[in-house]
Amino acid sequence: MAYTKEQLLARLQELNVDFSCYDHPVVLTVEEQAKYVGHLGGALSKNLLLKDKKHRLYIVSALSATKVDMKILSQRLGLGKGGLRMAPEESLLEVLHVPLGCVTPFALINESASAVSLLLDQGFKSKQSCYFHPLTNDVTIALSSNNLDKFLMSIGRQPAYVDLEASPVVGKDSPPDLADLVPSGVPNSSEPIKNVTPTNVPRQNDVPKEKTSLPEVKAKPKVQNKGAEKTQSKIPSNGTNVEKFVNDVFDIMCPLFLSEVSKKLNIKQEELSSILDGFKEQATPDLESVTTSLKNAAYTAGFEAGSETMLNSGLKGRPSRK
Amino acid sequence: MAEADAAVVRNEETEEEEQVVNPWEVSAGKGGIDYDKLVDQFGCQRLDDALVARVARLTSRPPHRFLRRGLFFAHRDLNEILDLYEKGERFYLYTGRGPSSEALHLGHLIPFMFTKYLQDAFKVPLVIQLTDDEKFLWKNLTVEESKRLARENAKDIIACGFDVERTFIFSDFNYVGGAFYENMVKVARCVTYNKVVGIFGFTPEDHIGKVSFPPVQAVPSFPSSFPHLFSGNDQLRCLIPCAIDQDPYFRMTRDVAPRIGYQKPSLIESRFFPALQGENTKMSASDPNSAIYVTDSAKEIKTKVNKYAFSGGRDSVELHRKLGANLDVDVPVKYLNFFLEDDNELEHIKKEYKEGRMLTGEVKQRLITVLSELVARHQRARAKVTEEMVDAFMAVRPLPNMFG
Repeated sequence: MAYTKEQLLARLQELNVDFSCYDHPVVLTVEEQAKYVGHLGGALSKNLLLKDKKHRLYIVSALSATKVDMKILSQRLGLGKGGLRMAPEESLLEVLHVPLGCVTPFALINESASAVSLLLDQGFKSKQSCYFHPLTNDVTIALSSNNLDKFLMSIGRQPAYVDLEASPVVGKDSPPDLADLVPSGVPNSSEPIKNVTPTNVPRQNDVPKEKTSLPEVKAKPKVQNKGAEKTQSKIPSNGTNVEKFVNDVFDIMCPLFLSEVSKKLNIKQEELSSILDGFKEQATPDLESVTTSLKNAAYTAGFEAGSETMLNSGLKGRPSRK
Repeated sequence: MAEADAAVVRNEETEEEEQVVNPWEVSAGKGGIDYDKLVDQFGCQRLDDALVARVARLTSRPPHRFLRRGLFFAHRDLNEILDLYEKGERFYLYTGRGPSSEALHLGHLIPFMFTKYLQDAFKVPLVIQLTDDEKFLWKNLTVEESKRLARENAKDIIACGFDVERTFIFSDFNYVGGAFYENMVKVARCVTYNKVVGIFGFTPEDHIGKVSFPPVQAVPSFPSSFPHLFSGNDQLRCLIPCAIDQDPYFRMTRDVAPRIGYQKPSLIESRFFPALQGENTKMSASDPNSAIYVTDSAKEIKTKVNKYAFSGGRDSVELHRKLGANLDVDVPVKYLNFFLEDDNELEHIKKEYKEGRMLTGEVKQRLITVLSELVARHQRARAKVTEEMVDAFMAVRPLPNMFG
């Protein structure tokens, strides 16, 4: 199931991710890699595979010039001092499916790496082109951080950019700022979970899956957010998306309706399903319309409140973020 | 933006009239508007099935029925915008309305319905221009009345369901100035008097307000006209959905754009919406039976369609069953083409009607149902639009989530 370099490159092309590709002899270090591509003007990356005391894995991908202090990183992740070590060689092979010297964000395309957390150097964003290995170290690919993001999002990852050289104080009053990037043990309920005996929970059932607790972290980590984005502006959210909301409403109502009606009237759920689909199609325009009206009214109220706050209290009216 | 009213019958003589299409006059020769000729004459491109399929693929959703049915049928440089979009480069939408009356009819809603689809499908921001100044210049209105109509129209536009996080509505009387005005003057300097006469047909008797208006409608195509939205993004592309009679404005704009260092806007253009009484009649505010208005009740819709919608059916049932209906002139079928969502049902109706098995009454009944639903939904949404909501849509505010 391990992806090959060719499969990765084909996937990048399918996604219309812009990248350039350079072949060279096998290289095991950044210095060696620099000999072949250093002159081309892009930014070399150094990639570390780290693990913590609970055997959770982290890829730290940074500009080669960035200083990465493992002690500080460990504290920022909430792992205490000295909680991070370099991961053993076996992890590269077994989890990332890449050879020695080839740690790369692209390894996350492998299912086996789904629980590995990724920390990206903020510095990548200001570079036109950054160098990484695709899954082998006889090739370097160059692409912009935007294109890397495109790839990451296509495999269900939210890119997390971090100022790796920052060393904020971590203590009682200031919690570790990168704590959200630690892989969590809670399975993501929308993803099929491998390596777990399937429970007979029908897909539409909204019962939370605490029953399927996992000994090893095999599921995807929680979506990374605020902790990492200190300087990045807010992530576009789906919270105000009308179409998604209407779908969510149907997801709540239809299963309930189906199961109740099929029980009471003794009809098979499949037969009702197609009626319900037709009904959903008919109801959607009206439902979207009323939802949009609600959204507009809410936005307007917020806008009024914001305007009044500024008029009456100026900048002091708004609580500070820090 | 001038209304895209239906064709006007020039005179009763049977001379071969050249069709005239510009923002203030649309008139057809015999047999209605020749769209092929128009596309050739204007020099825009046809929107073919391949392009429609491409839009569907890029937006991961079925194409809007206006595209499926060739109602938006022509374009300028749409594939360039799509090429860029595929590479991750965004664009913004620009459309508008000339607020000349309080009552909007269904024909007015069409570009807005399509623009809403484009906004949702491509997830891009939209600017909507209300040309209250234009109406003041062309019609016998006071400034206050023009402004008032602009706000009233804004409510109907909002009721079409645009995304408040991605939409900026503005009226010229409120917004012209600053960077917008700088662009207007840059455009004006690039267009000679002769040119504008040639494009818009101005005469020496026309006042200078009319002659200097075109740049106002041109510059929303340039992102630098909206520094609060697109600052630093001078080369952002613009896509303009409009009826084809607006093409002259944007031909002028596209001609000027490279000369002032801006990108040419792309266009996606629609056919005209027929008046209730037939393609060759005019929809006019003085004749309420010439169109279905968004303020009509279900009863009024029923009456109008039954009594005034021009039918392509035959005079007697026997004749109709024998010859079938003439779909070229039948208005109810044309309206269903615009407003009935289900492609299969539409095909079925067309087939049965053309072959005489379905009668005019049935077709009209179906249309009445479809239009009543549409109008009722619009009225419900309209009722929920408050003055504060209009203020919010029209506020010169940042739209941080506009590409989200």
